[in-house]
Amino acid sequence: MSSKTQQILDRVVIRFAGDSGDGMQLTGDRFTAETASLGNDLSTLPNFPAEIRAPQGTLPGVSSFQLHFADHEVLTPGDAPDVLVAMNPAALRANLGDLPRGGVIIADADEFTKRNLAKVGYPTNPLEDESLESWALHAVPLTSITVAALAEFDLTRKEKERAKNMFALGLLSWMYSRPTVGTESFLKRKFAGKPAILAANLAALHAGHAYGETTESFAVSYTVQRAPKAIGTYRNITGNLAIAYGFVAAAHRAGRPLVLGSYPITPASDILHTLSGLKRFGVTTIQAEDEIAGVGAALGAAFGGAIGLTTTSGPGLALKAETIGLAVSLELPLVIVDVQRGGPSTGLPTKTEQSDLLQAMYGRNGESPVAVIAPATPVDCFDAALEAVRIATTYRTPVILLSDGSLANGSEPWRLPQVGDLPNLHVEAPTEPNSVDDKGNPTFAPYLRDPNTLARPWAVPGTPGLEHRVGGIEKADVTGNISYDPDNHDHMVRTRQAKIDGIDVPDIVVDDPSGDARVLILGWGSTYGPIAEAARLCRAAGAKVARAHLRHLAPFPGNLGDVLRAYDRVVLPEMNLGQLALLLRGKYLVDVRSHTAVRGLPFTSTEIATVIHEHLEAL
Amino acid sequence: MSIDLGMPTLGTSGVPRLGEDESQTKKDFTSDQEVRWCPGCGDYAILAAMQGFLPDLGLRRENIVFISGIGCAARFPYYLDTFGMHSIHGRAPAIATGLATSREDLSVWVVTGDGDALSIGGNHLIHALRRNVNIKILLFNNKIYGLTKGQYSPTSDVGAVTKSSPLGSVDQPFDPVSLALGAEASFVARTMDSDRKHLTATLRAAAEHRGSALVEIYQNCPIFNDGAFQLVKDRDEASARIMQLVDGEPIRAGEGDAARVVVRGPEGHLAVEPEATADPARVVRHRVNDTDPSQAFALSRLDDPSFAQLPMGVFRSVSRPTYDDGVRSQVAAAIDTAGGPADDRALEQLLHGHDTWTVSD
Repeated sequence: MSSKTQQILDRVVIRFAGDSGDGMQLTGDRFTAETASLGNDLSTLPNFPAEIRAPQGTLPGVSSFQLHFADHEVLTPGDAPDVLVAMNPAALRANLGDLPRGGVIIADADEFTKRNLAKVGYPTNPLEDESLESWALHAVPLTSITVAALAEFDLTRKEKERAKNMFALGLLSWMYSRPTVGTESFLKRKFAGKPAILAANLAALHAGHAYGETTESFAVSYTVQRAPKAIGTYRNITGNLAIAYGFVAAAHRAGRPLVLGSYPITPASDILHTLSGLKRFGVTTIQAEDEIAGVGAALGAAFGGAIGLTTTSGPGLALKAETIGLAVSLELPLVIVDVQRGGPSTGLPTKTEQSDLLQAMYGRNGESPVAVIAPATPVDCFDAALEAVRIATTYRTPVILLSDGSLANGSEPWRLPQVGDLPNLHVEAPTEPNSVDDKGNPTFAPYLRDPNTLARPWAVPGTPGLEHRVGGIEKADVTGNISYDPDNHDHMVRTRQAKIDGIDVPDIVVDDPSGDARVLILGWGSTYGPIAEAARLCRAAGAKVARAHLRHLAPFPGNLGDVLRAYDRVVLPEMNLGQLALLLRGKYLVDVRSHTAVRGLPFTSTEIATVIHEHLEAL
Repeated sequence: MSIDLGMPTLGTSGVPRLGEDESQTKKDFTSDQEVRWCPGCGDYAILAAMQGFLPDLGLRRENIVFISGIGCAARFPYYLDTFGMHSIHGRAPAIATGLATSREDLSVWVVTGDGDALSIGGNHLIHALRRNVNIKILLFNNKIYGLTKGQYSPTSDVGAVTKSSPLGSVDQPFDPVSLALGAEASFVARTMDSDRKHLTATLRAAAEHRGSALVEIYQNCPIFNDGAFQLVKDRDEASARIMQLVDGEPIRAGEGDAARVVVRGPEGHLAVEPEATADPARVVRHRVNDTDPSQAFALSRLDDPSFAQLPMGVFRSVSRPTYDDGVRSQVAAAIDTAGGPADDRALEQLLHGHDTWTVSD
């Protein structure tokens, strides 16, 4: 056993950074899985370029993965890293600005060659020129040690070098007392057909661990106690995976097949990938010729009685607009997932933003209201998927679920639910005529509404006696026949709006431990973590601040107006230029104060805490 | 006799049929909606043919779905007492793909026009055809935009003077049959609104084909492009120009001394020559089931705006796996391999994944 000292920490933020081809996302994922299995609470933030392989060793090619783990509840991936693993000069240069002085740098010294230094504009080697003396620097020749450790293996040098991320993972696992058994079984699954590569990766992993244990330059290892958590079984999950599983669970609980029509787009494609592998759950995936066909196929399937789903990002939502409008008119259930990214146009495909809210609300011709919901965390993506299906099938309406890039790729521990405890989403399919015609014969009126929900019957082809036609031309209420009657159109427009306004959504809950805060900080979507952490920081410093988070954006919770008006000041951080603030000001006449940033990155909690303090002082 | 390949072979396989003591009439397929096309519109004839044909098809009415896009033709579903959806411009094949893939028990028909299918919806059309989704696409071609009141369409002839081409269109038109063949269509046919018998026979062949069937229907627009097909509707002219495609037979127009046949020229091109002087060894016979689409494509190029000769009928009908059967068989196989539909436990196993940990105190 190691004779080195062990220190106990309450929290650590590690950022793994390297070239896009260095396997940093995989390394981060594995370190996260090891950390999760120890029972720490955690949150992760991958950050990578849109280019699959930008020129090697350059700043645009840097990919990173940040992990925040602690012995207490973790709400964000961490404002700033404590430890930076830099696999090359570009990774150091791109990330050093975020690492507070005193932080730990572990750099692959082998990669700090003249050529690589020049690529990123380092005139001298920062590992040797004392420019890093304010940090705790460990310059480790990761590549050459890995290659040396694999000397016995019958592999090319390149193949041996490729295992250096496992060496780094082994070293970090030793440093933070993480087990490696999960990674070992992961590698065995991943390289099942490549025994030589598997053996090399396992050897590199163990060599990294042993290196930490034996080398003098690493004097201390750390432990982080597990976080108190509710009893249960946990796993770690990303938002995109949680969304995919959420829809499988929703279809299961609805007793209907799930049909996804989708076109690949970053950062939503992982949902398509996952669902395409879940045919065993009765899931049909149609990779369509374009975004429009994707939503069209979903709508066609919904007409046939399936749970119709389409997944996309902002540019795709724009293309789907007309079909969503058709679904509004047909009053059929349809779920649209928009994993938001930086816009406009192609924008920042791999970065996060919340700038599709107004597009989701209003981005269609005519008065075409839909329901909109936004999950707050990666785990909440699962529940939001079920909620989207509940609303779509109960009210026969399109529902837009607004995720974003940071939720999609970020991860956190998830307390696994019992399937039997999930909401029952069964919806009765009509089988009998619901009306009589002029002559008293039974007939089917496709737009005869449920008086409570205003939903029309979801009668599917194959049901005898319920043959009917629907379409995008305005229909007469009740009969569904084409109608150009002015009063009917006015009635139908108002009825479709009333149906959305009447959706049963839970009240918004205010978190105010003081009970008499005068400032409310409000958020929606993925800003939940930084805002909640900021409120915690402010309260720890003695400030009184109330906090609330909107999950339902259309319709808003019934108590929202009262909540907003109960505070002297409402502060709303958004990763756009104030889209929700505009809606709230318009609807409730409340002078909501926006705080906005569109940097493609989540807010930091210290940034939000500063904003809260400024508003507290201004009162 | 047919060999069981494990996949359905007929377009209507899997769709519930009427019982032996049940029957349907044209009236059963006629909705209570007043038909609102212009007087003299070719759409009336197509609707009447369809309403007359559907009872003979023998399928349960509630298992038939018509999906249309936008345009005059797109009103078609309202007049049929089946399930129907009048959707948005150009998108009907995409919507039909989702429906047909998820519901094997439905007979799904798409009604579209030259603008809807070939202009705004061109992408969906070609992809439905290449995938070979089991849907029947009826393309009403009147070579003009009718509902928007008379602009040139992607099938209008070069030089066509229309509201939006006062000096004549400079757009090169598509030949829908050529386009469909190029898009890997497994069934392609051309018929005419006014030829009830031919139209019905073509609809029947399309319905029986398993996979995407593209049926181009020449349809007269009496308001904006009247007489566009007059040369091939006039009884005398038609017989000299129309080449009825019959499998295994020479491709012929005209009678007696005026008869002409399709021959293969020395460089492989198809040409039309007087039958009397044509070299019998070079006379081309129609091969409707040929897996190589080259000859069908060459036939589709014989047509030109002058209608000097116009092949009509089924250009191509070949059997190849359909998209929807493939998708469904993968799902069915996955469920079968797993031992049946997923229960709560199977779903819980999925959610758990490989790396879990337990908090017990």
